Amino acid sequence: MSNWEAVIGLEIHVQLKTRTKMFCRCPNGFGGEPNTQTCPVCLAFPGALPVANRRAVEECIKLGLALDCEIAERAVFHRKNYFYPDLPKAYQISQYDEPLCARGKLAVPTENGDITVGITRAHLEEDAAKNVHVAASGRIHGATATLVDFNRGGTPLVEIVTEPDLHDAESAKRFLQLLRQTVVELDLSDAELEKGSMRFDVNVSVRPAGSDELRTRTELKNMNSFNFAAKGIEREIARQIRVYEQGGIVEQETLHFDPAHEESPPMRSKEEAQDYRYFPDPDLVPVHPPVDVVERLRGEIGELPGARIKRIADTLSFYDADVLVTGGLDRLWADVVAAGAEPKEAANVLANQFVATGIAPSAVNAAELAKLVSARAEIPRAAFDEALAKTGDAGFTAAPYLEQKVVGDAAELDPIIERIIDANPGQAEQFRGGKQGLLGFFVGQVMKETGGKADPRVVNERVREKLRA
Amino acid sequence: MAGISRDEVLHVARLARLELTDEEVGRFQEQLSEIIEAISKVSQLDLSDVPPTAHPLEIANTWAEDEPRPSLTLDEVFANAPDRDDGYFRVPPA
Repeated sequence: MSNWEAVIGLEIHVQLKTRTKMFCRCPNGFGGEPNTQTCPVCLAFPGALPVANRRAVEECIKLGLALDCEIAERAVFHRKNYFYPDLPKAYQISQYDEPLCARGKLAVPTENGDITVGITRAHLEEDAAKNVHVAASGRIHGATATLVDFNRGGTPLVEIVTEPDLHDAESAKRFLQLLRQTVVELDLSDAELEKGSMRFDVNVSVRPAGSDELRTRTELKNMNSFNFAAKGIEREIARQIRVYEQGGIVEQETLHFDPAHEESPPMRSKEEAQDYRYFPDPDLVPVHPPVDVVERLRGEIGELPGARIKRIADTLSFYDADVLVTGGLDRLWADVVAAGAEPKEAANVLANQFVATGIAPSAVNAAELAKLVSARAEIPRAAFDEALAKTGDAGFTAAPYLEQKVVGDAAELDPIIERIIDANPGQAEQFRGGKQGLLGFFVGQVMKETGGKADPRVVNERVREKLRA
Repeated sequence: MAGISRDEVLHVARLARLELTDEEVGRFQEQLSEIIEAISKVSQLDLSDVPPTAHPLEIANTWAEDEPRPSLTLDEVFANAPDRDDGYFRVPPA
């Protein structure tokens, strides 16, 4: 395995959260009844003319700036021609040889320095409609008809294409996570994988280590989870190495990675592949990004996630810094620390427990959360969890929870423990006979009896002591 | 001589989802070749200092603000649709 090197490139689509579509003023948003967000432009009625959405153009430029791209002095919209029911014009308006943004890079921090990934281009295009395939027995394969909802058709997408600069699945996953966080912070997109507002394809090839040839690549399409992407890449790398080592050749193909089946079955190859006959859309005029607009957008970009990971890794471990930043938690963390919480303790609470509550970090009063974090060891676990779950409520204060002290006093706990042992002579006997697992049973009973306020460490110790007696 | 081969005609027809008879392939090959020939006369001129022109007007940056406007009603949406299934267009399986 070690004499092969993988070469990985990514193509990412991000759905912009503008109010309207890319080339018409129909609402851009999830949840409308089918085909209620459509008009002559996005349904391709004859004669209807597209007009570009100023905000979408600006957002693409902003993302390009965040990815260190050159912003074109002149960008052009092209038609990409193909037939499919989700594309009523029989072409997608996209960009071809004059994209808005090109030649950028994104540095992905790692414990051993940055992995710098070249950004070939970032351009604007319109999304396709949504097809639902219907069969007699329901909406499955072997369809008898296709139903089309054009609400998504014509909504704005930014397509980001990377150079083949990645060489392992884990780095690809980290790149995608960092890119997602960047897009979310720029407030351009929800970039939610489950909702499809961020989607990506992966190109994978392998070559003998040390060579700089580029061999035939395969494409893993439409993946919607970073972990599945990493798995799919690893699997595909291993497959290609196996093919070469057995003297075969890797065929160019598109693989659809289906997490449910944990393998990458080949998809139907697109007939007449790649013959999209791009040409400039005569319905649209070129974009000449005005210098003052580009500079205003540049000024709106704050400290980017990659830089913050590196800065925070000076205080915390690299791992913690990465989890906080890519989880969108680091600003709250900084505020909580500024309000007096211990940095590592605050990071642990945020990354492990707070994140599980699903509360938006922006909804939290950092000063109150800091009090809670600082008191974590002194209040009952149940009270802590309950308080944490309410940190997003308006007017939340930690005070009532801080009053619930943990009971760690043996004199107070011993009578309870003795009573429980007396009430369960059978279990006590079994424990003494060597069934150590029953310790948890007794501890659990004590915690229940005390309403979760007992200090589990002290209870453990005392139960052990009492059972030995 | 600029022209278009029989294979190219078939290729373009496939891309356009058109089924052509042999007679049609021959006829379109002839017609398309004439068109290409006529247009390729342009290349006899020295155009080295003329930028490619995709649009007849010297304008750029025609925008619309990101303000929603009303969409069509479903009756309008489906007025000319060949087939409809509730709120969906119904088409042959893709």
